Amino acid sequence: MRLFRVMRILRTALRAIRKNPMRTALTMLGIIIGVGAVIAMMEIGSGSSDAIAKTIARMGANTLLVLPGAATSGGIGFGAGSSMTLTPQDCDAIIRDCPAVKSAAPLVRARGQAVYQDRNWVPMSIYGTTADYLSVRDWTDLSQGDVFTDKDVRNSTKVCLIGQTIARELFQGVSPIGKEMRVLNISFKVVGVLSSKGANMMGMDQDDIILAPWTTIKFRVGASSSTSTGSTTSSTTSTTSSPSQLYPNSQTSLYPVPSDTQAADNPQPVRFTNVDQIVAAANSTAEIPQAIDQITALLRERHRIRDPKDDDFNIRNMTEMTNALSSTTTLMTKLLLAVALISLIVGGVGIMNIMLVSVTERTREIGLRMAVGARAKDILRQFLIEAVVLCLAGGILGIILGCGGSYLITRFLRWPTETSVPAIVASVFVSASVGIIFGYYPAWKASRLDPIEALRYE
Amino acid sequence: MELIELKNICKTYYMGDIDVPVLKGITISISKGEFVALMGASGSGKSTLMNILGCLDHPTSGEYWLEEREISKVSADERANLRNHKIGFVFQNFNLLARTSALENVMMPLSYTREHLSDKEVKRRAEELLNRVGLGDRMHHEPSELSGGQQQRVAVARSLINRPSVLFADEPTGNLDSKTSEEVLAMFKQLNVEEGITVIIVTHDPNVARHTQRQIRIHDGLIVDGQTSQGGSQ
Repeated sequence: MRLFRVMRILRTALRAIRKNPMRTALTMLGIIIGVGAVIAMMEIGSGSSDAIAKTIARMGANTLLVLPGAATSGGIGFGAGSSMTLTPQDCDAIIRDCPAVKSAAPLVRARGQAVYQDRNWVPMSIYGTTADYLSVRDWTDLSQGDVFTDKDVRNSTKVCLIGQTIARELFQGVSPIGKEMRVLNISFKVVGVLSSKGANMMGMDQDDIILAPWTTIKFRVGASSSTSTGSTTSSTTSTTSSPSQLYPNSQTSLYPVPSDTQAADNPQPVRFTNVDQIVAAANSTAEIPQAIDQITALLRERHRIRDPKDDDFNIRNMTEMTNALSSTTTLMTKLLLAVALISLIVGGVGIMNIMLVSVTERTREIGLRMAVGARAKDILRQFLIEAVVLCLAGGILGIILGCGGSYLITRFLRWPTETSVPAIVASVFVSASVGIIFGYYPAWKASRLDPIEALRYE
Repeated sequence: MELIELKNICKTYYMGDIDVPVLKGITISISKGEFVALMGASGSGKSTLMNILGCLDHPTSGEYWLEEREISKVSADERANLRNHKIGFVFQNFNLLARTSALENVMMPLSYTREHLSDKEVKRRAEELLNRVGLGDRMHHEPSELSGGQQQRVAVARSLINRPSVLFADEPTGNLDSKTSEEVLAMFKQLNVEEGITVIIVTHDPNVARHTQRQIRIHDGLIVDGQTSQGGSQ
């Protein structure tokens, strides 16, 4: 019974709307353009902010640095990363047990000269790592060749990837793939060339890099790991590798030999192969805090640390970059919201205008309806529903227009867009509320008419 | 038993500081099944009286008994309900909804009825009424496709859809030529005689009034003739 009534009211509204198709179309145009613009803006906007987020993430915003804690010796601190507490197994555990971490890679640093034929160069960075390093840095697209494999890492194979700067300086246009070059007097085969990444935020050339399996750097090159303090600069270029470093079967010295005093003062259990740092990437910027918590908990458990004060590691993130990223996104959202509100208000005013005209034009009809028994609230409801139906129909057409528009933009301008379901749902609700808000005054005016006056209206 | 009883009805309009008395104490009674003409020159107060009789307006003072119920002081919503259930209106200018079929025009008042009839029942009733006024073959025509007489017959069908106790016709032939006027008036007469519907025609035209059984004349807000059923002259 109730349904009959609702259906009848809806049918009356639809009939009234159909009576003047031209005016209906023009009225709806305001809402159509408003909602269409909102949808298109939202889709283009979320596509762009996604693209921006990806770009910033590529710059390393999602990267976390796990550094060993500071070592002190005889009251002299050696600064961050000077103790040797991180192991490759820690890195494996992070990959395995931290769901918020996308990937992680151990890092062993070295510094020295690279030589190819008659040319030489001192790269900014020589890193021993695993293939995961590239996914952490979002650098997986190589310009030539392939990445070294996990097997290379296990076998300490003498292979390396080189950055664009190295390729330019040492190979000068010749394809470096398969060529042998010497790094710190150890011969490496170049298996791949990294794509160009340019300078980082500090202005350091990120393409001036050699990546090799960490085992190779650690054991064969005998990396002057950062634990041997800050003396890793040019001095290494003059040290020739001893045969013991060339052949890892022989005993390698993992740690700088402490003096007797040092050993007595600061007894350190010799337990493992250490790495200089672990780099990890969170799944997304939003998950960085979780990733930090998970890594902290995991490493405390693995290192058997109860008191947070005793932490033998530090985790650093790119706070500056993440802040920039999130502020960009909120700014974008606010901007879109402002545009959306303005266009919907304009559309709503259009609806109100037309509804007022419509009430005046249909005064006699209102009078007649009242004469045959319509109460004030029946008239109010009729006009309100008419306005809402107009707005909803306009909203739905607007959604179609907006989605179509953003599709065309993706298609022809190749801007990234992303269908935004919340925006569509919100548009439907907003256009219905615009109908109620801006339809109420004309409907109220109609319901207040005196039937006698209205019937006599010419 | 009287269908309508007015006791000393007064209506005064307040225009700024000046009171304009339009009805100055009207007392009449109309029985069920009567065919009455309400006559008077323009400005005599006959439209005001009809608005009060038709529950479109309420009197300033006096009592209005419709089917033994005093309704001079009921709320606007209740008046709307009375108009819907007890009263049918036929207007001089037909007042049909444009671009709406005859059938839907006739069905329209039922959408404001509190008892909800099924769509089928509503349609059945409307078709029956259109057949009765002789427009069975024009049900789906819009008013613009109908002649004046046909439009007025649609209006009559609409006024009868809720089986009213009384039918008010305000100058029903004012916009019609003499031949169609005769037809429409004959239809009122037929409804009155065959269905026993009480019909009150408001007019200034003696030729129209001649068709009715009883003429009530109003002049300057007072009844001058036809106050009781017996007082009518033929």
